[in-house]
Amino acid sequence: MSEKLFVVGEVKDGALRNVSFEAIAAAKIMNADAEIVGIVCGDDDLESQALELIYYGADRVVTVKHDNLKTYTPEGHGQAILAVIHDESPNGIVMGHTSIGKDLSPKLASKLDTGLISDVTKIDANGDQPVFIRPIYSGKAFEKKMITGAFPFITIRPNNIPSLERDPSRTGDIRQHDIQVTDIRTIVKDVIRKATKGVDLSEAKVVVAGGRGVKSADGFKPLYELADALGGAVGASRGACDADYCDYSLQIGQTGKVVTPDLYIAVGISGAIQHLAGMSNSKVIVAINKDPEANIFNIADYGIVGDLFEVIPLLIEEINKVKV
Amino acid sequence: MNIYVLLKKTFDTEEKISIVNGQIDDDSAEFIINPYDEYAVEEAIRQRDANGGKVTVITIGNEDSEKQLRTALAMGADKAVLINIEEDLEDGDQYTTAKILEAFFDGRDVDLIFAGNVAIDEASGQVGPRVADLLGIPYVTTITSITIDGTKVTIEKDVEGDVEVIETTMPLLVTCQQGLNDPRYPSLPGIMKAKKKPLEELELDDLDLEEADVEAKTKTIEIFLPPAKAAGRVLVGDVTDQVKELVGLLKNEAKVI
Repeated sequence: MSEKLFVVGEVKDGALRNVSFEAIAAAKIMNADAEIVGIVCGDDDLESQALELIYYGADRVVTVKHDNLKTYTPEGHGQAILAVIHDESPNGIVMGHTSIGKDLSPKLASKLDTGLISDVTKIDANGDQPVFIRPIYSGKAFEKKMITGAFPFITIRPNNIPSLERDPSRTGDIRQHDIQVTDIRTIVKDVIRKATKGVDLSEAKVVVAGGRGVKSADGFKPLYELADALGGAVGASRGACDADYCDYSLQIGQTGKVVTPDLYIAVGISGAIQHLAGMSNSKVIVAINKDPEANIFNIADYGIVGDLFEVIPLLIEEINKVKV
Repeated sequence: MNIYVLLKKTFDTEEKISIVNGQIDDDSAEFIINPYDEYAVEEAIRQRDANGGKVTVITIGNEDSEKQLRTALAMGADKAVLINIEEDLEDGDQYTTAKILEAFFDGRDVDLIFAGNVAIDEASGQVGPRVADLLGIPYVTTITSITIDGTKVTIEKDVEGDVEVIETTMPLLVTCQQGLNDPRYPSLPGIMKAKKKPLEELELDDLDLEEADVEAKTKTIEIFLPPAKAAGRVLVGDVTDQVKELVGLLKNEAKVI
């Protein structure tokens, strides 16, 4: 019998996150012949999300709908997914290394008494068993890891393993799994929206990040405009966060987020090792800095030496021109 | 209240990484308390000061780990425990760590456990939730605020920039996110006092564990450095021309816009 791999789909604001589609592609790399079964949880009709998973390569999907799955809790979603796992007995699990994935996957691994390889950026399936590559020391080094048992369980970093082409002609079975979700001990009372609307920093294809050179919270405004023009997200260095120019949730570096967008624009960032650890694996790096000696120019693909308050408005103008 | 802190030592964030004989070279490296664990130590001390109780800091490591434990004691923790695995274990993973901690907590009264949300070296973020699951207690990760009122606990949790307000009860495990607090520097009197505070050393034997009980479920087969990035191109000329050239390069050469 062929293997069965589970992909846990993550719904945010009603839609599946890209990383869930990437997780399907990851499962296919692990075993091209495996049956890929998606799971989605929520309190609403999950038909359209289930279909999206199928369009992106899932063979079939199990949905779990319950009032207690409206907002994510480790206990609620944990119960739901474990119930489906016990019902279906998959041979492995893939999910996104997101806020939810990081929170939930260790609990599932503990319940299943398995190993878990977190934050995988690449999979090598040429040998007998898949080898998982993940950054350590925030990308200052990498390690190749394997599961010693027979149950591969991984979380994948968003933006690293390309999803398959969306194919709306694909079809597959969608079934609802009924369970009671009870005994939730951590209750979400409220969600305060602080993140900038639109693109999530860890999944953004373009990141515009500011450092101490931006000089003030106001100074970040042009960076937001530039990010908007590029459909990207804004990040910051520790220096800028420590100086209160922006919230710590924007911090990129060894403490803070690690991002690997297609395009990283470092604005007024000197390039301390702690910051580079969080972004140096970006595909293309642009540095804009007044100081020609700034360390950031050593890892940038393209650099502009100049005053950011002069350069950024020109850059926005020019980008808007080529977009049309 | 019985408050525990899970602590790991890590490389200083400004350390460069090099590899010798296939392993990360740690001979000359400066070690610190994992920055996220530092928030955990600080918050444990604050909650003890507000609500009473004792703070015990635990680490799994070798004799060198005593340094970071003494730092935590100097910050204000009451007691430290070093689970020294140097002679018993070659390799371990997050499963190993969680199983050892489960054995440590067996038979102890626990109200609150603080941990970092992630260690900046291995960065898996697994140990906190795994330990909570093994102990059968709830957990909340990446917290930026915690308020205790009797057994009721109100928490603010960072969710990719948004804030969730969560209500729960003790016993409880939380993992700390940046923004929770500003960890104090140990004071000189604190450092003097720390020398006399209890530091208990345990080995797997003392926890009734055999190596096989905690055997890792993953293995590392290679560690390597990312390819060095070639120095890029610093553009020249008038700023307007530089910007034009940059956009052209991003569009046509790098193909990212």
